[in-house]
Amino acid sequence: MPFIQNTDADRAEMLAAIGVRSIDELFEQIPADLRVKAPIDVPEGVSENELWAELTELASWNSTTEKGSFLGAGLYRHYIPTVVDALQGRQEFVTAYTPYQPEASQGTLVAFFEFQSMVAELCGMEVANASMYDGSSAVAEAVLMSTSITRKRTKVVLSAGLHPHTRRTVRTYLGATDLEVVVAPIGDDGRTDFSGLIDDRTTAVVVQSPNFFGVIEDQAAVAAEAKQAGAVSIASVYPIALGLLQSPGEAGFDIVVGDGQSLGVPMAMGGPSFGIFATKNEFVRKMPGRIVGQTVDGQGRRGFALTFQTREQHIRREKATSNICTNNALMALRGAIYMAAAGPEGLREVAEHCLAKAQFAADQLAALPGFELPYAAAGHFNEFVLRCPVPAREVNRAIDAAGMIGGLAIADHVAGADERDLLLAFTELTTREQIERLVKTLSSLSQTVSVG
Amino acid sequence: MRPDDRKYLSSHEWIKIDGDTGIIGITDFAVQELCSGNESDLVYCDLPEEGRVVEAGETFGEIESVKAVADLNAPLGGEVIEVNSAIEDHLEILADDPWERGWLIKIKLAAKTSDALLDAAAYEDVVAQEA
Amino acid sequence: MNKDLLLYEKSKPGRRTLRLGALDVPAADTSRLPQGSLRAKPAVLPEVGELELVRHYVRLSKKNVSIADSFYPLGSCTMKYNPVTNEAAAGIEGFRHVHPFQDAGRIQGALAVWKRLEDALAGVTGLPAVTIHPAAGAQGELAALLVANAHFRAKGESGRNVVLIPDSAHGTNPASAAIAGLRAVTVKSGADGLVDLADLKAKLGDDTAVFMITNPSTLGLFETRIAEICAAVHDAGGLVYMDGANLNAIMGVARPADFGVDMMHINLHKTFSTPHGGGGPGAGPICVTEELRRFLPSPRVVEDGNGLRLDYDAPDSIGMLRGWPGNFGVVLRAFAYIRRLGREGIRRAAENAVLNANYLRVKLNKTYHVPFDRLCMHEFVCNTRHQRQHGVHAVDIAKRLIDMGHHPMTIYFPLVVSEAMMIEPTETECKETLDAFVDDMLQIAKECAEEPDKLHAAPVTTPVGRLDEGRAVKDPVLCYTCG
Repeated sequence: MPFIQNTDADRAEMLAAIGVRSIDELFEQIPADLRVKAPIDVPEGVSENELWAELTELASWNSTTEKGSFLGAGLYRHYIPTVVDALQGRQEFVTAYTPYQPEASQGTLVAFFEFQSMVAELCGMEVANASMYDGSSAVAEAVLMSTSITRKRTKVVLSAGLHPHTRRTVRTYLGATDLEVVVAPIGDDGRTDFSGLIDDRTTAVVVQSPNFFGVIEDQAAVAAEAKQAGAVSIASVYPIALGLLQSPGEAGFDIVVGDGQSLGVPMAMGGPSFGIFATKNEFVRKMPGRIVGQTVDGQGRRGFALTFQTREQHIRREKATSNICTNNALMALRGAIYMAAAGPEGLREVAEHCLAKAQFAADQLAALPGFELPYAAAGHFNEFVLRCPVPAREVNRAIDAAGMIGGLAIADHVAGADERDLLLAFTELTTREQIERLVKTLSSLSQTVSVG
Repeated sequence: MRPDDRKYLSSHEWIKIDGDTGIIGITDFAVQELCSGNESDLVYCDLPEEGRVVEAGETFGEIESVKAVADLNAPLGGEVIEVNSAIEDHLEILADDPWERGWLIKIKLAAKTSDALLDAAAYEDVVAQEA
Repeated sequence: MNKDLLLYEKSKPGRRTLRLGALDVPAADTSRLPQGSLRAKPAVLPEVGELELVRHYVRLSKKNVSIADSFYPLGSCTMKYNPVTNEAAAGIEGFRHVHPFQDAGRIQGALAVWKRLEDALAGVTGLPAVTIHPAAGAQGELAALLVANAHFRAKGESGRNVVLIPDSAHGTNPASAAIAGLRAVTVKSGADGLVDLADLKAKLGDDTAVFMITNPSTLGLFETRIAEICAAVHDAGGLVYMDGANLNAIMGVARPADFGVDMMHINLHKTFSTPHGGGGPGAGPICVTEELRRFLPSPRVVEDGNGLRLDYDAPDSIGMLRGWPGNFGVVLRAFAYIRRLGREGIRRAAENAVLNANYLRVKLNKTYHVPFDRLCMHEFVCNTRHQRQHGVHAVDIAKRLIDMGHHPMTIYFPLVVSEAMMIEPTETECKETLDAFVDDMLQIAKECAEEPDKLHAAPVTTPVGRLDEGRAVKDPVLCYTCG
């Protein structure tokens, strides 16, 4: 049997030592009528080479973003330096568990401590945890955390520019609470219009920048308005953009969350990635998730250990700050290796390339007859909405025919959105040739429409 | 034998009544249990603001060691009139002298009796069972 | 040369590993961005060359104890071998560079892996409706409790707001209940270590929403009265949730659906061998009865005339619990593992897990006290009753095991056994490894009596000795650069 090393002779010897005659006797503690009578409904097993053939076949049914893709919407195709796979893939990282025994886990613990430091720096905050499941659940946890900071406030204000899946996630997490969720609409310029919504009942204000439509929000204004009302301000970020754009800490936010996928994690159908979570020192005890701290051993040597564990479910049970048990350690490790490989200069360079490609594309697309950029005035980073003369889905079909993957037809995911709106993303991996092919493809569409 | 000039809760708090004032702390056994013998493991104590009114049996704060946390329950009810602010930064006081210097809060008593209160002998039995 | 420096301490301006090629479009024009939207000062990140980066993480990796180098009998965590094939599978380009918003017709391979794993989990549990959406076991618990809430709301029984949880349960159970807006009430364990049926029955009522049970329990015991328990909960109008943390002991031998279980989660990172990764990522698929299917989280993989697709809009769904459909990379690894094992291999895994655990139990139960010393499932709990007189605690034995080259067992859990040491060898270990562990445990017992200070001083072979964890809280240093 695969992966089982005991031989028949071993088993016989062990059964004798236990004092039973058969394996079946070991299972007699399960009442006979509850044991299966026939094999379970799972296919027969295969050898490794058969498995490999099967997986290769299945993988060939997918078309990958490597051929050119303008699809982003929260999940981006960035270059992953080969050191990330090589180092994260070490079995000593892959097959260890949660570092509850710090002396036997200094590798993971040091990596987390450095990760926390890098995340805090990136976000402009004082402290970060060792990661969450992903960006959306991190937003939901941040909102729950806000209620323990403000107490007795009952309203949560979410920007309509939050990723629609994030808004759905927050609603699910808050489903059993008495909190009222209010969605602040997107104004004509593509930024969130919070006017009149943030008040003394508000526990949390959540804004994403760049927002789902690619628009850079006025973060400082949102943070200031929340602060004035005594609400907790929460920023959701795209980490790569922070190589260039203002950090939420600089803008005055209380909590910063985001998805770390862009930092060295493959898209892989959306998971696993990791969530980042950073805040101010004063809120550490209310923060969910694992935290690593520095300390010393009996000989005064520096060492690292999980700390503030009493916040967590395995000790505080129903009163814990969250039910989260794991972090997404191995993906956070990828993020740490990526950030260290990039350094501040590399991160800025990646961000600048993203912006350069998007600006190049935007200028050409805006010049096509029948196409427009509805939120051009507000400013974008690497992603923007293109309003097309035909439904966005049709545009995507044309891009598909040109051998590439189109953008997101927004109306498919945001109720009430204009069906002509197409969300296009660009990264350092997008080539000039691909952009030119995109422009050409759309220009032929534009001609068809104007002729028709 | 633990001091018999005060009453106890089975959750290991004590209260000493001085006129209209109740002085509340936790027992040496509570401290032992929290930090399993390693007193430097006591790390945090969250105490209420002065002016807060607590009911008998209500949780008024929390005390933590590295790997355990316990609620602090009020043996009797009343308004908090004084908080031992030295404790937060010097948790070792709780281990050194839980009975006098290690008091946590003083309350203006709303009532002086409760069925939940144990005398020192009854509290010894509780400890003997748990140890 | 100090090999223990942090990356930050090796940092020097001007060094880096990642450099992009020349731009093939005009340079970015940041003046077109709104005023004030640029970063005032760059993030302080390490600046290191590639060789130092590689050396740093290779050295760190050597400071971990892992399954790949040591026996890892961490009870309740099922630290079985993580086949290297599974890691390679997740690296296949056709799975790695796939976006869930792509047209469904272009990601049929990924959706097929997804669907086939869900089908296999239905086969293992007997529960027909499966979703791999939850990010981890704890999120699976939360999802299931929200499903229960939705179910009772649909039935007009919104007064059901109590979750009954045995005292031996994982802490995630009550923590999940709290987020689901439900009140956690503890059910006692009886003298036999199993759920106290009388206590359970006394606490069942028309406010009961869910009874959460871990079976086999965290004591490694099968709940022999599970069918009666499920029936009692159903009679009270409640649902039974099984925490699937210990599914490894019974898979292929018995199906939770046949016990009367309505909902359960599975930890793919335990039972189905996806790596623990130093604490995640995991995946916590949930399996429920046909009746509860409509409430499962979104999106679901569904099949129609055009093949498979993701359905985000099921009307009765509790919604999403995370940003994307699921931890596909984890699902893919579990799928590879299940394909290798097949139905026969799944049963053999459970059999050998139970065999290995019982073998260790009988080899150790004369030296270490085993409170419930009868046939166990995949793990058992012993404690330090015979060693306590020497001033030795479970933590000392754990630390001494590190010096002897093993990862320790789980200690101080479950809470119902004082000084608990919970040992789970898993099926992938061979007899020789178990024998070596037994020898070391017996040696440690001897040391407890003869040289207890050796245990108190342990570990001495590790990069650091026992750490001052109190200081880590009282004088927190959580970030290298932040003042």
